[in-house]
Amino acid sequence: MSWRRTVAIARKELIHVRRDPRSLLIALLLPIMQMILLGYGATLDAKHLAVYAFDRDGSQTSQALLKRFQASPYFDLVRTVEGYADLTAAVDAGRAKLGLVVSPDFSRRLAEGGTVTVQAIVDATDDNTANLAMGYAEAVIGGFSQDVQLAWLRRQGLPDRAAAPPISVETRTWYNEDLESRNFIVPGVVALVMALVGALLSSLTIAREWERGTMEQLVSTPVTAREIMIGKLVPYFVIGLVDAALCVGFGIGWFGVPFRGTVGTLLVATALYLVVVLGIGFVISVAIPNQLGASSIAILVTLLPTNMLSGFAFPIDQMPAPIRAVSYVVWARYYLTILKAVFLKGSGLAALGGPLLAMVAYAAVVGTVATRAFRKTLD
Amino acid sequence: MLGRIVPLVVKELLQLRRDRYAIVRLVVLALVQLLMFGYAATFEVHRVSTAVLDRDRSQESRELLSRFTGNGRFEVTAVARDGAELADLVESGRATVAVQIHPGFAERLRKGDTAPVQVIVDSTNSNTALVALGYVNRIVNAFAEDYGTDRLARTAPARLRLVPRVELAARPWYNPSLESRWFFVPGVIGSLMLVITVNLTSFAVVREREIGTLEQIMVTPIRPVEFILGKTLPSFLVGLGEMALITLVGTLWFRVPFRGDPLVLLLASALFLTSTLGMGLLISTVCKTQQQAFASSFFVLMPAFVLSGFSFPIASMPPVLQWITYAIPLRYFLVVLRSTFLKGVGLGVLWPQMLAMAAIGATMVTVSVLRFRKALD
Repeated sequence: MSWRRTVAIARKELIHVRRDPRSLLIALLLPIMQMILLGYGATLDAKHLAVYAFDRDGSQTSQALLKRFQASPYFDLVRTVEGYADLTAAVDAGRAKLGLVVSPDFSRRLAEGGTVTVQAIVDATDDNTANLAMGYAEAVIGGFSQDVQLAWLRRQGLPDRAAAPPISVETRTWYNEDLESRNFIVPGVVALVMALVGALLSSLTIAREWERGTMEQLVSTPVTAREIMIGKLVPYFVIGLVDAALCVGFGIGWFGVPFRGTVGTLLVATALYLVVVLGIGFVISVAIPNQLGASSIAILVTLLPTNMLSGFAFPIDQMPAPIRAVSYVVWARYYLTILKAVFLKGSGLAALGGPLLAMVAYAAVVGTVATRAFRKTLD
Repeated sequence: MLGRIVPLVVKELLQLRRDRYAIVRLVVLALVQLLMFGYAATFEVHRVSTAVLDRDRSQESRELLSRFTGNGRFEVTAVARDGAELADLVESGRATVAVQIHPGFAERLRKGDTAPVQVIVDSTNSNTALVALGYVNRIVNAFAEDYGTDRLARTAPARLRLVPRVELAARPWYNPSLESRWFFVPGVIGSLMLVITVNLTSFAVVREREIGTLEQIMVTPIRPVEFILGKTLPSFLVGLGEMALITLVGTLWFRVPFRGDPLVLLLASALFLTSTLGMGLLISTVCKTQQQAFASSFFVLMPAFVLSGFSFPIASMPPVLQWITYAIPLRYFLVVLRSTFLKGVGLGVLWPQMLAMAAIGATMVTVSVLRFRKALD
């Protein structure tokens, strides 16, 4: 392998990149855009859920209950309606996430003693929001119930402790103390951006030569297959590292995501990940001598698994067993484990030995396949 | 006019059939996406790996901890011997939730003092942590409730029946077993139609320009409007085909219910497609090469996808982003999709979404046609 020829190819590729400022702009703007979009937009928290109430009792007690919903940061009591049909219509139209129905004998039955139920219709089209909403509603009702019980016990002359004993759940949320979706999403965006940029740019390098008919010229020169591969990928490797730095800097500086690990660990993992992503893009580019086809396949092969099967947004341990098995093949899974650990947990190289080893193996395999795949022939 | 459009449509469809990778892009990609969202996309929280440490070793503490097993939400995977081991279980990722009961728990319960239970959650995934904490609270509250009832049954059985209590009877409508699949599968239709038709349309034009056949077409008697129709109709048909494909697989394989009127869905799809085709044309007017078109479409499609409410609720986004979502046709289409699949509501409820899509579609088509004619001159 000749150093001089490799550099020449790299320089040629760099000129391609420079001549097409739009692509370069994309390579640099894309990370920022993704960061902003996902950093702000990707949140699963549920707050200020719209509540419609149908209070058929209209008593002081039922009003007190509704006030609790109003006071909760999770709910907004938007309207009290006069009929059941109005309530269901609001849920149907998506105006209400939660429809509360208080029965006409609510306060009377509560005064008589025993258990009284409050009905809540929850719009469960979005199952996650519905799940959170039901949890919050249960907490509101539970708090109300406890207070009613205490008041009753006191009236009866029974000691407070005759009621349900107070158990306080002392919660410690480790690694992401404020339960911010952002802290969970932003580290993953680094992997997403590099999968995207790497696949988009590198999948086109060989396909472009074929399409423009310059492959013949390249083949007639003394450069070897390996020199072409390395020369062509080095510029994108650099761009990828710049992108990673941009993402990480933006995530920490702008979004205030904690960075508790070491830069060294992150750098090693990122470099390995880039080798894998670029190598796969290159193999696709060799296999499909058509820019459009190559980039579509690259997206299918890199972006989709990174998005879905790496643990970026959907927890892997909740997936069915066959899908979990497939996720072990997804290289981004290991990088994501490392990213989240480096950002939030502050784990060092030692704790991340497993995923790092997996990435080294991947980089070696992809590197070998990429060199073998590309032959300097014209047929 | 028709005599000139039909051959162009036929030519486009022929070209699509000749493209070896078209089948991959149009069918395989669609099915792979559907499979991923049907199986892998889940925000559900089941079988959370849980470590416990019982430092009280009383009947009460055992009873409380036993409630963490056998409810499907938690799976006690480790019993720690001390605090350090418990912390280590969370740090190494072997447990997502760790529950610790301090000595004196039962004593405090009996006296009526506040009895603390310590819960450590690995909240790297904030959503899982949030949902899991909700379950923990439910379990602890139910335990406290039962404990109180038991005690009253012993001390004042006559009055037990009289203790007032308010309970929530929550009825999750439309998706009673809270399956993420029901939420995602209808959404996949919208996101696929968006990506495929925008790309197909923009490439159809840019390719002619790149190869140099655009001039040839321009010297034929075809008029710009006819050319545009000829280029967009195939994408329109492909878009409807995708809709049918995903609807069929989604309802038959994934058993997602379809409760609404197929005609409402068809109408909404047509309105949605006018805006995506307009977007595709618009991209084609500003791009010279397919690579540029591909990259530009990414810049348009990424925000549309994230901000549409496809996986993240719009109501939780910051206000500025929420305003932007009003300009995104996918936002409205997703509402129609989920409403027709799960809610079974009709035009009486969905007319605002239809109107919005029609307005955006009309604007997009007008702007793109105007720009397009200028680009041809």
